[in-house]
Formats: sequence, C-alpha cells, structure tokens
Amino acid sequence: MSEPSERHVQVNGRRCRVWEKGEGEPLGFLGGLRGLPRWPRFLDRLAERRRVIAPSLPGYPGATGFEELDDLADWVTASLDLLETSGLDGADLIGASVGGTLAAEVAAFSRASVRRLVLIAPFGLFDEREPAKDLWATRPDELPELLSTRPAELAAYLAAPAGEDALEWSILLARASEAAARLLWPLGELGLRKRLHRIQAPTLVVWGSEDRLLPPSYAKKFASALGGWVEVREIADAGHLAEIDQPDAVAAAILGFFT
Amino acid sequence: MKLLWFHLMPYTDLPDDFKQKHNSVWVDIDSRLFDPRKAHVLYNEFMDELEHAAEMGFHGICVNEHHSNAYGLMPSPNLIAASLARRTRDAAIVVMGNSLVLYNPPTRVAEEMAMIDCISGGRLVAGFPVGTPMDTCYAYSQNPSQLRQRYHEAHDLILRAWQDPDPFTWNGRFHKLRYVNVWPRPVQKPHPPVWIPGGGSIETWRWCAELDYVYSYLSYFGYKNGEATMKGFWDEMKRLGKDANPYRAGFLQFVGVAETREEALALYREPAEYFYGRCLHLDPRYALAPGYSSEATQRARVRSAVADAAARSGGAGAGQATGFEAIVDQGYVIVGSPDEVAEQLRDVATNLNVGHLMLLMQFGNMNRQLTQYNTELFAKRVLPQLERLFDDRWEDRWWPRALPAAETVQPRELRG
Repeated sequence: MSEPSERHVQVNGRRCRVWEKGEGEPLGFLGGLRGLPRWPRFLDRLAERRRVIAPSLPGYPGATGFEELDDLADWVTASLDLLETSGLDGADLIGASVGGTLAAEVAAFSRASVRRLVLIAPFGLFDEREPAKDLWATRPDELPELLSTRPAELAAYLAAPAGEDALEWSILLARASEAAARLLWPLGELGLRKRLHRIQAPTLVVWGSEDRLLPPSYAKKFASALGGWVEVREIADAGHLAEIDQPDAVAAAILGFFT
Repeated sequence: MKLLWFHLMPYTDLPDDFKQKHNSVWVDIDSRLFDPRKAHVLYNEFMDELEHAAEMGFHGICVNEHHSNAYGLMPSPNLIAASLARRTRDAAIVVMGNSLVLYNPPTRVAEEMAMIDCISGGRLVAGFPVGTPMDTCYAYSQNPSQLRQRYHEAHDLILRAWQDPDPFTWNGRFHKLRYVNVWPRPVQKPHPPVWIPGGGSIETWRWCAELDYVYSYLSYFGYKNGEATMKGFWDEMKRLGKDANPYRAGFLQFVGVAETREEALALYREPAEYFYGRCLHLDPRYALAPGYSSEATQRARVRSAVADAAARSGGAGAGQATGFEAIVDQGYVIVGSPDEVAEQLRDVATNLNVGHLMLLMQFGNMNRQLTQYNTELFAKRVLPQLERLFDDRWEDRWWPRALPAAETVQPRELRG
C-alpha cells in the first residue's frame, strides 16, 4: 500500500489537507466519524481504478477551523468550498457517516456539484421508533464494538503510528469527534428528510448489516425519499464503519455501481 | 473571611440498592423514585434550613442549578433564591448559579437576577457556571462544541444588559435581539458581584483575573484534592501580576460538627455514605461530551496533577471513596468537635488561601434535626473562631453591597 500524495487547500481561511492517489476520473471521498487519521485499504482499492481525492473536512485529521462553523449553512458552504478547491466540483462523490450527511446536503443544496453519489451509513435521519444509538453517551471502551464488527482492527487503525505523540494523536481524534458533534448534536438529524427529494444524482446507499449505531433499516428510509435513481447495498459482516470492516466488498460495490 | 452555607437539596429517599438497580443519579434517573409528597416536605425543610443558617449568622446562603439530578433538586435556583430573599435579612443570597447557555435569550438571567437583587435589597451574588456536561449537554441537549462560545456571548450580553442605560441591539453570533432593555435593573451598581464556579481550567482562571471575578472551586472531594487546583489558580494569579487577596477565591467543603470527634463520626457516617455512595452514582457516559473540555485542558489533564483532581470533581467518580473512613481520611468531609473543625478549616483557608468558604452542612440524607444541630454548633462555636481571618489585611471587594437598613423593608408576618 503506497502513500497518497498530499496537498493543502484553503477553506474559510484555514488549511485543509487533501490526499490523492490513482489515475482516471476524479472520485471524491468525505470521511466518517474520525475522518482519515491514515490512508485506508478501502481507498487503495478505489485508487486502482480511479483518481481518488480525499479532502479533510474542517476539524478532521489534517484540517482545522471547525470552531467557526455554527450551523448547517456554514457546514454546507465549507463543504462546497472544499470540494471545489480540491478539484471535485461536479465529480462523483462518496460520503461515509458524518461525511455522508454532508455529501447528501451538498447534493441537495447544489445539484450540479455532484455527478453520482455514494452514501455509506450517512447520518441525517432519526426515527423515534428505531432510534439511532447515542454515539456521544458511549464509554471509550465501548466504542469499537459499537462502530465495527472487527473492533481489534479498528483499534489498530485508530492507534497512534510509531513516532507520533500519543497525547497529540488522541487530541487529533477527539477533535474529529468534536467536529462531528458540532454538526450533529444531539440526534444526528438536521432536517435532511425535507431535502432528500432534491437529490437527483444517481445514488448508491451502502449500509453494514451489523451497524449497531445507525440501524441498517435506515438505508430504505433514505432510498425511498431520494429523488433520483437509487440502489441499496447491504454489506455482510460490517458495522457502521463498513468501509473499514469490509474494504474490498464496499469498494467493489461502489466500482460496480459506477460501471 | 466569609462563611457561607450551601444547599444542594438532595433527594433523601434513594433506596439502599440504588447503585445495584439503577444506572445513574443523573440524566436518566428513574422518575418512579420521585415522590412529590416527599418533595413537598423536602423543599420546605431545605428552605427552612437555608433561612435558619442565615438567622444563625452565616454570611451567605448558596443555591445552585442542576437538571435531571437526584442529588440536586433545583432546576431553578432563582425560584428558591426569590423566596430566600423575602425570608432573610442580612445574608448574601449566592446563586451559584445560572448555567447561562440554558437560558434563551440569556437576558432572562439578567431579568431574574435583577429581580432577586431588588427583592433582597442588593444582597445577590451572581454565579455564572458553564454547567456540567450532564446538565447542559445531556439533560438539556446543548451542543458541547458551542457551549463555551455561547457561554461567553451570554455573559457579555447579560453584563451589558445590566449596565447600558439605553435600549440596545444585540447582533451576536448566536443571539439576534432587536431590543434589549432589561427592566427591572439590579440594586447593586454597576452590577452584582460575579462569581465563577469552575473546574481546574487555566482559561477560566485567566478570564476571572481579567474581569476581576471570584473563582470558586466547587468540588465534592474536599481540601486535600482541592489543594493542587487552588495552587494552580494562585500560581496563575501571581504570573498575571494579581494580588493574593483570598477573596478572589471560593471553595466548597463538607463539614460535620458535634460535641466530640467520636460523636461526629457516629452522626455523620450515614449521610456521608449516602452522598458519596448513592448521590455520586453517575454513569460516566454522561460526563464525556466531545468538545466540553478545551484542547488546552485535555493537554493539562494528562500532563499535570492539577488535572486529576479537576477531572474528579466533574463527577465521573473514578477511584472515589464511598466508605466513611476513607471519606474522612481523604478530607472529603471534615468532622470533629467545634475546636477541631475550626482548627482544620483555618488550615484549609490559609493553605488554599480562600476567603469565601462554602460549607455543605446538610449532605446526603441528613435529616432536619441533625442539619440544625450541625448548623447551630458551627454558627455558635466555629464561626466566631474563623470570621476575622484575613480581615486585617484584605478587603472583600466581591461581596454584595446591600442597601442601608433604613432603606429596606421586611415582609409582613404570616397570619392565619
């Protein structure tokens, strides 16, 4: 697994890291709960066929400036700025978890910004009859089990690389967690239901069959409200972070959807 | 020095198997454990106890704000303070305080506190806590990442609302108000003294120094655990070139007095074990809201000992003692004869350099009779030994400036 190339763009006057790897048509990725603390196998799979561009949203590893973002309009504006300056305007876009809700919002507010959309277990809906678990009332030791079917592998993915200061690494991850909370506290629901019909980009909804945070049944709720062509793929033996648990299967589903 | 009497207003009937059968005293506390008939008795007894403390000569009486919490029955401390303002004469009414982010718009705090200051004739201390994660982020679902930004805006708005003589427009980041014009206005000019209850964050210390506010460390874990935090506070004051006036600081301490140490140990065991065992049975899931602690505080917490103590006062309860011997041994509760307690508190006040000592003399399920005994014995035989401490050298610039007696009125007697 070779390292991606790295550059930086300005959003809201702050630096945001952009990782890039592969050749071909650009394919954007907005990361999930902890962003991209390191380059994952999942993106390597995609980079075999596409030019993968993964910009960091404000607050996620490689980017700061989320403290200035107060409401959904601020986050959508920052996301649009980030996609455009990264070279992803009008490109295919994948969003996972928190990144998924912003990818969906961008596609709803600005149809021309997204060509085809992939949502991996996005936040954005809340059904009282099947409530999402409270991510933010979870002890640190419970988190891997809540997010993943392979908690040991997730822990390794999130562990500080050799040579990194352990405290600063933990603050990096805590900052990403805060950025997610800043957007989505307390329910992960920002009225997206009222805008889903505006998303007319062909959309693939991917959900881990063992997602213990956001029920897999939410995939159908998204699919039935989206405005364009929709496919749903449930990924076996995968939790909320399906792209970490089953990188090959999720990448194959996405590449299949695009061909 | 000033000796203040603080009430948390705990529910006193949590069952013996509360820890085993229930998840948490806070946030998801089981409402089936709450009996409003019992609460009728408790509220009235607790308010009696605060009034009694004021009559006995404590310099101030303190109330605070908690939500969905079985050890703190005051979602609205202002309701209690308003009643206390009517039924006391000289004591400071210390509202410790209003969690500013929970009031929308925050001018509500400016209004209600001005009312209390008017009713009491200028005896209010305005406490402005950020509020715990349990109260603010969970019970009230406020965004932890915005909490401090909103807190500071609310503070700035309230202070201006008290002082600007003209209606003004507030175009804040979080609040847009076309007409701000608080009516009534506080008796105390330019505004009631502001005290900030806080943990051990260095940003809070600097902010208190900058605005000349009292910093109050309200920990349940006593003077031994508080030492590192208060040392951190005073080191920072020195670094900022502030004097060492002990009235810059407040500190909370549980106290149980009796004729002898043996008697005190016998009397206060049950209420102390009730408080530290049942009342602090808190699910740590509700203490970890992302963004509640600043990154600087996260760093300090790992790198210094200040931190440890501060983290514990957040209520997470890790490694905390629940047996009486350890509770006394670790200084959570100071018990003894009047002379012993006076000597210990003199040491505490001197070592921690604290001019406002806030005493919890009803704690846990302590009944009315024992609370009265504790309060009276302290007022008669401990307080006189301590109240002159510091006054030869320091002035309390943060104490309410009440109206002269000739300008105050008293409520009519209850009849019938």
